[in-house]
Amino acid sequence: MPDARITREEVRHLADLARIDLDDAELDHLAPQLSVILESVASIAGVAGDDVPPTSHPLPLTNVFRADVVEPGLTPEQALGGAPETEQQRFSVPRILGDEQ
Amino acid sequence: MSTDATRSSAAALAAALAAGETTSVALTQAALDRTAAVDGSVRAYLHVDAEGALAQAAASDDRRAAGQPASPLDGVPVAVKDVLATQGLPTTCGSRILEGWRPPYDATVVTRLRAAGLPILGKTNMDEFAMGSSTEHSAYGPTHNPWDLDRIPGGSGGGSAAAVASFQAPLALGTDTGGSIRQPGAVTGTVGMKPTYGAVSRYGLVALANSLDQVGPVTRTVEDAAMLHEVVGGHDPRDSTSVVQPLTGLLDAARQGAQGDLTGVRVGVIRELGGEGYQAGVLARFTETVDLLVGAGAEVVEVSCPSFEHALAAYYLILPAEASSNLAKFDAMRYGLRVLPEGVDSPSAEQVMRASRDAGFGDEVKRRIMIGTYALSSGYYDAYYGQAQKVRTLISRDFAAAFEQVDVLVSPTAPTTAFKLGEKLDDPIAMYLNDLATIPANLAGLPGISVPSGLADEDGLPAGFQVLAPALADDRCYRVGAAAEALLTQQWGGPLLDRAPALTTPGGSL
Repeated sequence: MPDARITREEVRHLADLARIDLDDAELDHLAPQLSVILESVASIAGVAGDDVPPTSHPLPLTNVFRADVVEPGLTPEQALGGAPETEQQRFSVPRILGDEQ
Repeated sequence: MSTDATRSSAAALAAALAAGETTSVALTQAALDRTAAVDGSVRAYLHVDAEGALAQAAASDDRRAAGQPASPLDGVPVAVKDVLATQGLPTTCGSRILEGWRPPYDATVVTRLRAAGLPILGKTNMDEFAMGSSTEHSAYGPTHNPWDLDRIPGGSGGGSAAAVASFQAPLALGTDTGGSIRQPGAVTGTVGMKPTYGAVSRYGLVALANSLDQVGPVTRTVEDAAMLHEVVGGHDPRDSTSVVQPLTGLLDAARQGAQGDLTGVRVGVIRELGGEGYQAGVLARFTETVDLLVGAGAEVVEVSCPSFEHALAAYYLILPAEASSNLAKFDAMRYGLRVLPEGVDSPSAEQVMRASRDAGFGDEVKRRIMIGTYALSSGYYDAYYGQAQKVRTLISRDFAAAFEQVDVLVSPTAPTTAFKLGEKLDDPIAMYLNDLATIPANLAGLPGISVPSGLADEDGLPAGFQVLAPALADDRCYRVGAAAEALLTQQWGGPLLDRAPALTTPGGSL
């Protein structure tokens, strides 16, 4: 059974991976709750043996094709209609270079 | 028809429209008036589109006058859960991150409602991104249970269930990922049907967990659910998981069941979905309902589904894993909320994304995104997500074995009646336990219906009776659900909702 306890630092790291800024108060609030949730689902370890195949989807999936013909899509105005900011019929985004990543 | 159009079934309203006894404008206006009177205390809607609904109603009346109704339900108004895209109408999913978003397209089920002529009254409240069992996780405040305004209406689709239960709409659409149609139905004394996975299009449904989500009807009667299901269901080339099979016979099955004869139908009581953790009054109403089915000729046996013990744990790993991936698209770039971090000059796209997701998502969404991120991370993948997927296989095998012995499986829909608002808000595990009996059907992709089973002795609040069937045998849910409904309604001397307290408003009770 995996060790289900999770530290405050690990929660901070998870929030970082999930691209969510969490301040100290939120970490104090959420970290113990995440530990409790993980402890409660940890019982699943070892329930199914190696001979059990995993199910990712309730029905068998097959690829779906359609005829290779043009179908109308969104207009540029529609596609941009919900954007926080636009410029010259494009999505305007904050700077993407110079990050620590 | 009844003097109060808001209390009639959709089937009765459709008949009255066909007979020329009323108009869609009259029905739609009556629904809107009821909302104006009671929704200040129920808060079922996030957005009401009075103008649009009345215009659609007038167009429906024109079609009826010309002798060309678009469908049997043409002109009967409907409410739509706010997780379904509606062109030009706000679609928030109960989240701040989508506040004010108006989609440029309709979900396929909404397209089908429009094509069938059903005026859309508005968008109903829900737990944020459908994560929850009480609607308390809505960023716009909770919906209140019409039976007791201090209690939860269930979730995530508490808004749709409360709208129907408080006679603000005869019909509504919900979505069910782990019980979000059925559990609200149980705690509000209404009917909720989760169709077979893939039987109703998910195009335009903002995905919570793609392998579990399903759209379905929320109504006051089983017959109405079947009618609405036939309108919105069926193959959709825009949803790659849509089942390529015609959808028929649901309404016929409901009408057959309503005659109250279940001779030869084999019913299995799931041993694992009862007993410890279930409220005594909920179990009492369940047992009585099973006895009524026996009286109607059904053969009832007990069946065991041992892997169901692990369904909750499997679900609360698979769902967060899928949800954390799905919600990655809320990055503050193309649509939705954009928040600039405080005290940062010229913030980067990534800093803006982090600040926006912190401001835009509520606690439960953050919890599940982080659990999902954890479960999918390399060191834990096999122990958590991989195991959960295997347990999913075991649950499907349990169902397959059970359905070799019986035609349908039954259980209480939810372990308890409606609890008090706030009672479980900061106790995620207590909240998750509400879905104990509904989750297995989602994991296996099976259809399930909840019908009211009566009021629990302890608190006088509604309980639900769940009927599960094999994949694509949705008609069995309707047949057995309608039989239970007919036999119980006969015993009660009228619909259960007749016993709900009148909602008081500043102008007096209604």
